[in-house]
Order: sequence, then C-alpha cells, then structure tokens
Amino acid sequence: MPKLIFEKHVTNSNPFSLPACDIPLPEISETIPAHFLRNETTALPEVSEVETVRHFTELSTRAYGVDSGFYPLGSCTMKYNPKINEWAARLPGFAGIHPCQSQDTVQGALQLYYEMQEMLAEINGMDAFSLQPAAGAHGEMTGIMMIKAYHQHRKDYKRTKIMVPDSAHGTNPATANVIGYEIIEIKSNERGLVDLEDLRAKMNDEVAGLMLTNPNTLGLFEEEIQDIAAIVHDGGGLLYYDGANLNGILGVARPGDMGFDVVHVNLHKTFGTPHGGGGPGSGPVGVKSKLIDFLPKPVVVKNEDVYSFNNDLPLSIGKVKNFYGNFGVIVKAYTYIKSLGAEGIKEACQHAVLNANYLRHQLRDDFNIPIDRLCKHEFVINSKKQSAYGVTTLDIAKRLIDYGYHPPTIYFPLIISEAMMIEPTETESKERLHEFVDVMKTIARESAQETDKLLNAPQNAVIKRVDEVTAARKPIVKWEAP
Amino acid sequence: MNIPGNLLYTDEHEWISVDGDTGRIGITDYAQHHLGDIVFVELPEVGDSFAMRDAVGVIESVKAVVSLYTPASGTILEVNEELEDSPELLNEAPYDSWIAVIELGDKNDLQKLMTAEAYAAFCQTLED
Repeated sequence: MPKLIFEKHVTNSNPFSLPACDIPLPEISETIPAHFLRNETTALPEVSEVETVRHFTELSTRAYGVDSGFYPLGSCTMKYNPKINEWAARLPGFAGIHPCQSQDTVQGALQLYYEMQEMLAEINGMDAFSLQPAAGAHGEMTGIMMIKAYHQHRKDYKRTKIMVPDSAHGTNPATANVIGYEIIEIKSNERGLVDLEDLRAKMNDEVAGLMLTNPNTLGLFEEEIQDIAAIVHDGGGLLYYDGANLNGILGVARPGDMGFDVVHVNLHKTFGTPHGGGGPGSGPVGVKSKLIDFLPKPVVVKNEDVYSFNNDLPLSIGKVKNFYGNFGVIVKAYTYIKSLGAEGIKEACQHAVLNANYLRHQLRDDFNIPIDRLCKHEFVINSKKQSAYGVTTLDIAKRLIDYGYHPPTIYFPLIISEAMMIEPTETESKERLHEFVDVMKTIARESAQETDKLLNAPQNAVIKRVDEVTAARKPIVKWEAP
Repeated sequence: MNIPGNLLYTDEHEWISVDGDTGRIGITDYAQHHLGDIVFVELPEVGDSFAMRDAVGVIESVKAVVSLYTPASGTILEVNEELEDSPELLNEAPYDSWIAVIELGDKNDLQKLMTAEAYAAFCQTLED
C-alpha cells in the first residue's frame, strides 16, 4: 500500500516563511474567546513542497475515468464528456460571475438558465423545470417534497405511502423515507417489468405516488407504462420518473407523454457532464402544470427580453440549494444539448441502445443473460455459467481490472442473482466494443480452465484483491499516529 | 442446502421456530449463502410490535442490503445482541444464530408459512 501523506511527515521538512504582515494584527486571544482556542498544535503532516506534489501526482495517476478507458458502469451512463463543454463553462462571462451580482449584469447567464429550463421541459414532455437540485438523489428529494406539498395543499393527509418497484435504485425508497413516507414494494413479473396485478392490489387512497425508472434497472422498457399511469392516477396518486436511465429513451420518447407528473434528470449521466469524482452533479426536476406552484424558488422567468428570478411563489417548497444550483454543470449540459441538437440527441440515444444490444448478442454464448430480449441502453448478465467452477460475478469484475477495464456495476439490481449490469453508452466504437467482448470471452474461458486467475484477480493492479469482508466488518476509518 | 424439518419458512428466506406462544426467527442457509459474507445486522427493538411480514431489521452483506421480515405478527421479546459484534455467525450457523424472539400475535399466521418440504421445493424453483 502507498503511504498516506501523514506517514510522510518529517519534522521541519517544510520550513516556509510568510512575509511579515504590513497591517497591525490583534492578539488572537482578543478576537476569539478562550474556550474556542486550541492549545496543542495541529496534527497536520509536514512534508516538503516537492514531496507533496509527488504524493498527489502519484495518486492522480491512479484515477480511472472515461478519459482513461472503457467504463461500462451499468445504471450510471458513464459517457464521454465532450471537451467543448469545459470550454463553455470556462468562458469568463460564466466562470467569473458571482451569484450575488445584480440581475441586470448577468442577463446572459440568466438567459442560458431560462433556456435550459425550457429545453429540459421540451425533452422530457414536462411543463416547467427547476435547475436547483445538486444531483440525482437531491432531485428525487425535491420531487417527492413537491408530491407531498401537492397532496397536503389539497388537504389530502391520508397519503402516507410511496410505492417503489423491487428493481428500483436504493435511492428511491431512501428518498421517500427521508420525506416521511412509508415504502411499499411492488414486485416485478417474470418479464422483469412492474407486476400490474401487484400494483393494482397495493394502490389505494393512502398512496401518494409511485417512483419508477423507465427503462428500468434491467434496461427494459416498461411497456405497460400507460396502464401503470392509469392505475396510479385513478387511485389519486402521482407518478415520479427517476431519470437515471433517460439515456435509453432520450429524444425518442418523453416521460411527460407516458403520464409522469414529476421527473428528475441527471445532467451528469444523460447530458455529458462529469460524473462521480469529476462532478459535481446536477439533478434538475421537472413537473406537469398542476405541480408548478410547488417548484423550488426562485425560477428564472422571461419578460419581453429581460430575464429575472421569480421569488413570488407562495406555495413553493422553498429553496433546495444555496443560490441557483451547480451553474457550471448547467452550462456544460446546455452546451451538450446545443452542440448535438434535437437530431443529434436522438441519434445518441439510438447508438446507446444499439451498442447495448450489440454487446448483449456478442456475450450471450459465454454468459447467462437472465432476461435476454431487446433492451434499451443497458442489460444484465450473471455468472450462472461460471458458477460450476466456483467463479462469482465479483471474480469476473476483479479480472476485468487486470485487463484494464473499469468493472461494471455488480450485485445490482437485487432481483437478479449475481448480477452484472453492462452499459456501453453511445460514445464507444464498434472496435472498442469488440476489444471488450474479446476480454469477456477470455475471462469466460479462464473461468473454466484457469480459475485461479479469476479467484486471485486483480494481479496487474496497484492494489490486489482487497479483503472487503474485514473492511466492512472492522473498518479502519481514521489514521492514528503510531 | 440445509433445511431443518422442524422449522417453518417464508418466501423471503426467513425461518421461525415455534415454542408455545413464542417464536424464534432467523434467516435460512439459502439466504446466507446468496447474501455472501454478512457484515452488519440491525436488530429490532425489544417491545416493538409488528404485523406479519413487516420489516423488523436490516442485514447487510458485501453484496447487498436487505430487510429482515418477520414471518409472523407479534411483539419482540428478545434480540440476539451477539450478532451486532459478530454478524458472521449468520453465515456460519444460520439456524443456531437466531435474530429475535417474538411473542406471537396471531397463531393463524403460521398457517401461511411453508414447511421444510415446501420451502425446499420453492428454493429449487429459484435455482432453475
């Protein structure tokens, strides 16, 4: 294991000096009450400048992103982030402004913000959007808060439950729980879709709504979405769209047309902005007209040719983010949409779906595909064919590291045993997909013939197989000075 | 797969051992095998009452986080606190490592559970 920066401490190795202060400074004890003052020194490491630079440069070489290689992380849409987005976000007129500036000095930024609200509404078939939420789960929370506000405004206080399919992302039940709802789980049928009978049986006047991902986490389109919407709406509930998998229908179908009342989208998945450690994220939320009054405030409005913040929203759930959201990310996603255009966005989606289906066909001889039919942007395989050799999905994932690939999402969705979710995205070429297929076929062969290579993987990585069990059971979360 | 004949089972892979008006509950060998190494168990509170199939606890493994559903309605009389420090006991001996003891709320609930034979057949269908 590499040393921590704390372990590189050498006393007096960083003898820097600051120039003398040319304004008179008061004694610290005069400005800070005694009980807030620390008497012992900090435990910060002393490391020379060059060693500090080397330490962090070395760590940075270990990062793996989509700019380093293929990253088929199911359910996360790790698509390439076009560099033109970065150029746009760094334009001085966007990068150099301050959120407290007066509105007449930032009309360009407000115009972009307004147009982004409008474009996302059009793409999703919704009536209005808020760009405030900072990421997907935050968008979910904002959306469910609006659903709650909607029911309460109608004085419908009975609705204390939210329905979530058993294939859902864990953030769905977690979000509903945080907002104070009880969770009702809806079963999937043998086709991997929402079981309408179960939904019908559980829908009643205590249910505030259903949270649904479409395409779902198996990469399958919920074909009966109109029936699902009718069941929920007839029972007085609202339909929430988790936009995690929007890339599978983008530009082709719209959540609003399917009957969804609230939508969140992940700019960092679907709209080509950095994801994970490269973030931050952005999770705008869209609503149908009946929920517009509850949107977080302010929203940006346009009067004649003047853009301004509208704070006059008495039923608003309030602010969900300081200032106006992750503005730089919004600029990048705006650039992504504008540079692709309506046709380009649709084509991106079609390529994402084509790539996923192509990979599915290429892998089906060597790996079990529990639900093997036309998918959208992703599909799920498992290690059933390899289990006879004592190989699990974890071993396959670890072996992929040896071949230079970021392993996909594993052991999710929970309804598929030993799942591995593969999402190639539209930005991968046929040649790259074939390299991945060759590696997967090699791993399948190794499973039978050279099982140890999987059980001991990764061997070509800086860190070998880690003991995840002990790490989880007895985590060491803090460095202690020896 | 070990499925003792003297217990009753749910389709969520919990078992219950009935003794008079009380029941001892836990997870099956099938459950622990498919969860993989269990790293954390959240136990119910003694005195809390639950309806049949309510979530009474949480089991976390390296692969997944799942709810523990009570096979029968009732009130929690006792919990196995040893699992808090040694969750691996659920992997090592799933039928000895009981999770909670409940005072049965409605003995009719037991009629809805599976016998060992029925549960074995059920597990077989999941493997096919």
